[in-house]
Amino acid sequence: MNSEQNNRSTTELIRPIPATWWLKKRTYFLFMVRELTCVFVGGYALFLLALAGKLEDLKAFEELLYSPSLIAFQIIALPMAIYHSITWFNLTPKVMVVWRGEDKIDPRIIAGANYVACLIISIIIVCIVSRFRETS
Amino acid sequence: MTRSKEPIFWSLFSAGGVVAALFVPVTIILTAIAVPAGWISAEGMHELCMHPLSRCYLFLLISLSMFHWAHRFRFVVVDLGLKQGGTFVAVICYGAALLATIVAVIQLVSA
Amino acid sequence: MEASKTKSSEPTIDLKVFRYRPEESSEASFEDYTVPYREDWVVLDALNYIKDKIDGTLSYRWSCRMGVCGSCGMMVNGEPKLTCSAFLRDYYPDPVQVEPLSYFPVIRDLVINMDDFMNKLEEVKAWLIPKEEQSVADGERLQSPAELAHFKQYSMCINCMLCYSACPVYGRHQEFTGPAAIALAQRYNLDSRDGAAAERGDVIFSDEGIWECTFVGDCTRVCPKKVDPAGAIQQAKVQATKDMFRSMLIPRKGTE
Repeated sequence: MNSEQNNRSTTELIRPIPATWWLKKRTYFLFMVRELTCVFVGGYALFLLALAGKLEDLKAFEELLYSPSLIAFQIIALPMAIYHSITWFNLTPKVMVVWRGEDKIDPRIIAGANYVACLIISIIIVCIVSRFRETS
Repeated sequence: MTRSKEPIFWSLFSAGGVVAALFVPVTIILTAIAVPAGWISAEGMHELCMHPLSRCYLFLLISLSMFHWAHRFRFVVVDLGLKQGGTFVAVICYGAALLATIVAVIQLVSA
Repeated sequence: MEASKTKSSEPTIDLKVFRYRPEESSEASFEDYTVPYREDWVVLDALNYIKDKIDGTLSYRWSCRMGVCGSCGMMVNGEPKLTCSAFLRDYYPDPVQVEPLSYFPVIRDLVINMDDFMNKLEEVKAWLIPKEEQSVADGERLQSPAELAHFKQYSMCINCMLCYSACPVYGRHQEFTGPAAIALAQRYNLDSRDGAAAERGDVIFSDEGIWECTFVGDCTRVCPKKVDPAGAIQQAKVQATKDMFRSMLIPRKGTE
């Protein structure tokens, strides 16, 4: 058999995938939502970048933090960021396989460790930030 | 076939994905809820951000999140039907991430 | 359409079957058939009933009828399935739509052209290339249970191609090496007896290889043998990344 040649005769029917493929199945749709969370992650990064740019001007810094439209954006970005975290932690065991002899470490342990790390990190950050609550 | 250069971008995407997953939710809660609701004042937040460690934190979060967005978004655009011009989209996306990184360095170092 | 020969008191189920007969029409159509409903029947039983009793012109592939040969893959209500493992009772009383596997060219009715997949198996060298040649007199190549465990899951692939029909990346771009071919490449790359990982890497670590994958994960979901091709691909990405950084940090000596 000649492996270079696809034996494609001209009567074969080609069925192209529609551009709306990701709306046709629940798993595809959830995949696309997961991918689009990156827009909110990137958007929030730009917000932080804007804040960084206003560090020399307290008034402008304050205005940015209290801006209603930016708060609204962040309120939508928050569940998107959480969905990113959840999907990321759940997929990490597929990327990072840890072997102990003949057995793989249970993927739920690897995912679970990520959730715990996220919780601990968040608590530590809140503790650090709370030290800045009283200012003159 | 030649080996792809993708690992470079995939590593940045993965690093950004990990950092975003671990740090972004709590950071959004701080900037979107804690400050507006008055749990911490804007001055307090400002003082926090001026600290060198906070600046490092902000830099890493901004840069890696942008590279995470760039890589994922570039594939989304192709997935959504853009057949040609995939390289063009990639250049725009990584270029934007690089620009954000450079601006972040400049702003966080000089403030 | 011929009437089925079931008695009116017997329960029945309707099948909407994709028909494509290029000698008659350049367009595909659906034909409706009513077959007896039996609780233990699978979609393949219904297709065999149609072919035996109603319409002998229907073309489709099948063989072992027990989920090990990989021949009978088709789209059942839009999901890639082995028709020998898709029970009518999971769809009854609703009608069942049967179509050829997505993203492959259709030769006739439910029969697809699988040349692309066969070529890819050759491309990735999906066979053992031993580290050293050994004669029979040297005895067996020894392998520990732990070494076997590293690749065993990927050896379960029955080449049924359901994963290709689930993959929107392959659907959009058939140059993509695809889930099963990459999983099978990994099956040998991770086999301690094999010595061709670098060779295969040059194929699967290309732009049309693992890097086209966006980890949709549907391939793993539809796989009837729990091969987890999506996992194989992500682990290959890690390997490719390690290889690249290693080669950047440690310059290769010798001929290049």
